[in-house]
Amino acid sequence: MAASEDNPILDEFTRKEYEFGFTTDIESDRVAPGLNEETIRLISEKKEEPKWMLDWRLAAYKIWTEMEEPDWAHVDYEPLDYQKICYYAAPKSKPVLDSLDDVDPELRKTMDKLGISTEEQKRLSNVAVDFVMDSVSVSTSFKKTLAKKGIIFCSMSEAVRDHADLVRKYLGTVVPVKDNFFSALNSAVFTDGSFCYIPKGVKCPMELSTYFRINESGTGQFERTLLVADKGSYVSYLEGCTAPQRDENQLHAAVVEIVALDEAEVKYSTVQNWYPGDENGVGGIYNFVTKRGVCETRAKISWTQVETGSAITWKYPSCILKGDHSVGEFYSVAVTAGAQQADTGTKMIHLGQHTHSTIISKGISAGRSQNSYRGLVRMASSAEQGRNFSQCDSLLMTDTSGAHTFPYIEISNPSAKVEHEATTSRIGEDQMFYCLQRGMTEEQAIGLIVNGYAKEVLNKLPMEFAVEAQKLLAISLEGSVG
Amino acid sequence: MLKIKNLHARVEGQEILCGLSLEMGPGEVHAIMGPNGSGKSTLASILAGRDEYEITEGSIEFLGVDLLALDATERAVAGIFLAFQYPVEIPGVSNMNFLRTAINSVRDQKGEEPMPAKDFLAKVKQCAKLVELDGKLRDRSVNEGFSGGEKKRNEVFQLAMLEPLLAVLDETDSGLDIDALRIISGGVNALRSPERSFLIITHYQRLLDHIVPDRVHVLAGGRIVRSGDKSLALELEDKGYDWINEELAQ
Repeated sequence: MAASEDNPILDEFTRKEYEFGFTTDIESDRVAPGLNEETIRLISEKKEEPKWMLDWRLAAYKIWTEMEEPDWAHVDYEPLDYQKICYYAAPKSKPVLDSLDDVDPELRKTMDKLGISTEEQKRLSNVAVDFVMDSVSVSTSFKKTLAKKGIIFCSMSEAVRDHADLVRKYLGTVVPVKDNFFSALNSAVFTDGSFCYIPKGVKCPMELSTYFRINESGTGQFERTLLVADKGSYVSYLEGCTAPQRDENQLHAAVVEIVALDEAEVKYSTVQNWYPGDENGVGGIYNFVTKRGVCETRAKISWTQVETGSAITWKYPSCILKGDHSVGEFYSVAVTAGAQQADTGTKMIHLGQHTHSTIISKGISAGRSQNSYRGLVRMASSAEQGRNFSQCDSLLMTDTSGAHTFPYIEISNPSAKVEHEATTSRIGEDQMFYCLQRGMTEEQAIGLIVNGYAKEVLNKLPMEFAVEAQKLLAISLEGSVG
Repeated sequence: MLKIKNLHARVEGQEILCGLSLEMGPGEVHAIMGPNGSGKSTLASILAGRDEYEITEGSIEFLGVDLLALDATERAVAGIFLAFQYPVEIPGVSNMNFLRTAINSVRDQKGEEPMPAKDFLAKVKQCAKLVELDGKLRDRSVNEGFSGGEKKRNEVFQLAMLEPLLAVLDETDSGLDIDALRIISGGVNALRSPERSFLIITHYQRLLDHIVPDRVHVLAGGRIVRSGDKSLALELEDKGYDWINEELAQ
């Protein structure tokens, strides 16, 4: 039975216009499309970078030119022309950073539309927001409060200038330039991102939050985030994304590196809601992200992600459990609808003794979408008594969508234990009818059932984010049972 | 309040109901009895608006409205409640969240404000008491890990919370031990009112010892073949269903 015949609302909602599909009219300063050494020199110059940074970029560029774009993921798209992409766009009117009141009114409007009232967030939710728009940070709040604790939370550009020692020490240590095609590209052309350093023994008193946003048509976003948690520190970091509707495909190749030194704990949460394209996936964001953290002794890194957007998602937040007794966690909800394609999962690399990892992945496929979990659990020969538990569940909303699981398990230590559980189910007509009979609308019923299914993951998100994510799940899947 | 006229229904090409007629007034309790496969549960599903049945003939009027023109949600909003024979599990959704969503959805569709949290909690407490549903069960995921009896008690708990005008109980007594039967009947009896009608579908007479019906109907071969007062149930208990089949055959 065709989904659209079975349920007319399916069509209506899968073709529903992207809710955040607006653009902001801000003059921007951009370089001509194309990528060569000159482009990189120009970016570095515009950002007033020191020479070591430029050299690093040029070296990365050289490596990238010798690499091949990967094609092993379970996704299908037209090859990208990297010479047609514009690699730098910055809002021209660069505001003063001290006060939010000085921010361009157009930008403020954008933030309001996104529901990010920075003022309100400051007062009510105790969240410091570093708002990144088209590659340059335009507002950073709570800096002073954080500074008192010695916490550094700023844009990557600022960090390169003001905290060069830390950046030079850690940049590229977790995700080496030559790690993969996209990380090399990012290393060559990254324009901005966030830098965060939590000093020894400091518990960050608030959730650190960065809103990324793509605003310039045809501008690839190459965010670079580096988060260093020194010994015994703690930080919870939030990343959320929305993007305006565009006709041409937009490439996003971010790199996120986390360093958790001895006994440090980092919670990294993402809600990703980028433009998925029209019903055929045309115009959606290509999201090729490399996220990885390294854990020293007794350190812990926890990745939580709610992925609902993008035409193509290629993303594997990973943990290298280097230190003994270190812990890695990955909690993920990935929703695909329409013609979306997602190939996402994690890698848990156990090197230290008594290292533990947990993987909970919940895939939800609607429309004609393809949703794949790809995960690697590697127990090195040194990973004495290593433990992993993986659970990968797939929920199919239609009979035209696909769910795939690609678990890779490599064990080189006989004392290690790895458990993998996987289930695939259809959203139950009985469950739907039960909810409808109690007076719920179809949208409410889907929202309720899907949020229940993803609860284990949503529970891991910080409170404010969890509420946002729940709404997002319900909106993304409205009317998509077929 | 409920008028079913000459209802014919089929599923996957097979006729299940063939000319069923039934009338119920407000506040009345009617029992529908009948052998397996006579169409009892089909009737319950059709009243609640399950769309896998094809209505080929006849009509259903509920409070003067053409019920067949409404979808399942609209029927629930209009005041129809079905206590399921096999209540569904919804993992990860707490009973409380489920009920609050349902109640506020109904209120929203009626143009009313959501129920204040305080009132909701007070009501939960009161209704849970009716069927001796303890706190643990209220906070757990909907029906997940509930025993058969607990599921049925949860159905009556939801009935109490949602305050329907017509409650259809589909074999609510099946699989219950004598204590659970007593608890559930007690809950249902407490919910009887001059406005609220009950259509009790059951295979056995024993439930009707506890919930005394105003009318008893015997459903066989897709239509009502006999109606009477509560003594009809006793007669059925005594003689079984065979004599009805025999009468039909003649």
